[in-house]
Amino acid sequence: MREAEVHGTELPELEPDVPLYEARRKVYPQSVRGTFRRIKWAVLLITLGVYYLLPFVRWDRGPNAPDQAVLVDLPNTRFYFFFIELWPQEVYYFTGLLIIAAVTLFLMNAVAGRVWCGYLCPQTVWTDLFQAIERLTEGDRREHLLRERGPWTAERVARAGAKHFLWLMVAWWTGGAWVLYFADAPTLVRDLATLQAPFIAYAWIGILTVTTYFLAGHLREQVCLYMCPWPRIQAALTDEHALNVTYRYDRGETRCSLKKSELLRAKGEPTGDCVDCMQCVHVCPTGIDIRQGPNLGCIQCGLCIDACDAVMTKIGRPRRLISYDTDINIKRRQRGEAPEYRIVRPRTVLYAAVIAVVALTMLYALVTRVTESISVIHERNPMLVRLSDGAIRNAYVARIINKKPQPREFALSVTGLAGTFVDVVGATRRPGASPVIEVGPDQTREVRVLVTDYDDSREHSTPIRFHILDVAGTERAQTSDHFWRPQ
Amino acid sequence: MAEQTHHEIDKVTGTATTGHEWDGLRELNTPLPRWWLWMFYATIVWSVGYWVVYPSWPLLSSFSSGTFGWHSRDAVVRDLAALKAVRGPMMEKLSSASVELIKADPMLLDFARAQGRTAFGDNCAPCHGPGGGGGKGYPNLNDDDWLWGGTLADIGTTIRHGIRANDQQTRLGSMPAFGRDGMLKREEIEASADYVRSIASLPVDGKADLALGKKVFAATCAACHGEDGKGKRDMGAPNLTDQIWLYGSDKAVIVDGLWNGRGGVMPAWGARLDDTTIKALTVYVGTLGGER
Repeated sequence: MREAEVHGTELPELEPDVPLYEARRKVYPQSVRGTFRRIKWAVLLITLGVYYLLPFVRWDRGPNAPDQAVLVDLPNTRFYFFFIELWPQEVYYFTGLLIIAAVTLFLMNAVAGRVWCGYLCPQTVWTDLFQAIERLTEGDRREHLLRERGPWTAERVARAGAKHFLWLMVAWWTGGAWVLYFADAPTLVRDLATLQAPFIAYAWIGILTVTTYFLAGHLREQVCLYMCPWPRIQAALTDEHALNVTYRYDRGETRCSLKKSELLRAKGEPTGDCVDCMQCVHVCPTGIDIRQGPNLGCIQCGLCIDACDAVMTKIGRPRRLISYDTDINIKRRQRGEAPEYRIVRPRTVLYAAVIAVVALTMLYALVTRVTESISVIHERNPMLVRLSDGAIRNAYVARIINKKPQPREFALSVTGLAGTFVDVVGATRRPGASPVIEVGPDQTREVRVLVTDYDDSREHSTPIRFHILDVAGTERAQTSDHFWRPQ
Repeated sequence: MAEQTHHEIDKVTGTATTGHEWDGLRELNTPLPRWWLWMFYATIVWSVGYWVVYPSWPLLSSFSSGTFGWHSRDAVVRDLAALKAVRGPMMEKLSSASVELIKADPMLLDFARAQGRTAFGDNCAPCHGPGGGGGKGYPNLNDDDWLWGGTLADIGTTIRHGIRANDQQTRLGSMPAFGRDGMLKREEIEASADYVRSIASLPVDGKADLALGKKVFAATCAACHGEDGKGKRDMGAPNLTDQIWLYGSDKAVIVDGLWNGRGGVMPAWGARLDDTTIKALTVYVGTLGGER
């Protein structure tokens, strides 16, 4: 402080009795009807429907693989998603998926701001559901407020009890659905019901029940305001062409009461359309006033648009005083120019292109995904063996992967050393042919490969290649290693 | 010397002192946080409970066993039992199948090799090396030269009964100390060493008396190593014409062997390992590449 004074600038001093943090202002969002509310209900039904029912969708993968369409099989380290089956070494597909998800979020943001927050974010969806339950049990905004200010009557206790019970049921069901993605769903449901399921399943259901109950029931908009990083990132990614839930102050101001505005209108004096009815504030799930302009708390769910439209219709004024619009358009209207909507612009084109490139790359990788591979490790203990006739033999551990749901036979051959003899422990060998290794469906098999060389004139280290060929088909794979002779 | 002055407040820090003073230095009274103290007391209570329920106190000849009857050995036994239950079906197959059957079943072969590999690391690796590579005097199990036979049956017998081991059916036969025990003269030993190198196609000094060596070999060595020096499996006598030498092929090494004799010892494992483990070991050693 003293130094600041010396330099002639003064830092604002905090009043000692002003707390650093604002106490939570509880929000009682009012129910609303309209276009965006209907969209939100539809999205809620679809997303929750998918989440709760997806584990029960079956997918026939033959006798050797689970028949669940979406399954994270941790014990067997496999991930199944409809026609896709991923092995642990293929998790880079998830990287692609994450890139697509991130850039899609950027694209949504460039087109229509935080539309993710308003409709699709799990925090929004579950909070919306929990608020619907709250209205069902405790009544709508006005009723709920009155009851909370009143005494604890038996009815109030019963209603609050019912609310928390229903919340916990939804939270419990949410946690229950989560664990179904990690095991065969019908079996797990039966095991859970008969208390036969593994402890970890109950533990996860418990954890997710508690987190869902607190996040969707109690923390609600606090998550969006204080915990979520996206509003901060989003603010840096958006631009003036992104559609935002916008109060058209050019049309709304100067706001005044309905009575006064009718009076002014009758006299032919200018007045705004906003009648200051506060409906937009009362329906807001994060408790903000959209008329104050762009706001970190605005999740752009559009419920204030529905509320305002209803009022505008009632008082006979044009709808969409609040609407998805841009700040430039308001300024253009004020200047008497037509509004312009530019969805196609460098930013959106770039995002769409990135999504397309990553998606096509992933699709290509999926379609051309090899279903067999071989990797080889040179045995180092001992590095080489001299046989009684003077020949030198090297041993290798070959790991052969069969990603197909059928058992397959692979013929193994080694190139790079003419006249060598290749033997595989545990392989079937037909006279005069390469050793054939049988690998079970969707499995990896490790075999010991012995390569014997009779040529005494070769270098200390000779590069060689191991090849496998599907006996019944044309698929092949190869890898390289070295053959060592004594120095 | 400490002087007692109670509840004095230190002027600089404003903190009360404990009243202890040493040469003008006083101790500030900054107690531990109460929650910390309570946790400390709780751990003391906890440890008392621990003494009671778990084995803890050393006694004269044993220890207090605790009211839970818990024992670290029991925990290991339980873990092993759980492991055995998981491996049960394969272990049963392994214990009932013959080695030939094991070789014919890829799944069982992989299982037997894995079991054998572990048993090998625990029991055989100290002498034969972790990969069976052997060393001087300890046979390399990866090659195709077998002193006592390299069929799976031979390997199994060698593991079970050992070589020159303390076992009724152990494999016996050793190289006598021809020099030390005065059976051969120095020049006879030198000559036979040269002769042995010559039949193994190893270079021999021009001054060597191969005729004497041949005579000595026919009279003394051929009984075990054969007329042609190709060895005899039933005696464990090595083939002297091939390129594999257990102790080395230098003339000095061969002379040393002739003079002092040879006879490495392998313990009999039949008394220490169970049949299934010996079977798995047999398969593992055989499939290192030398089985014939």
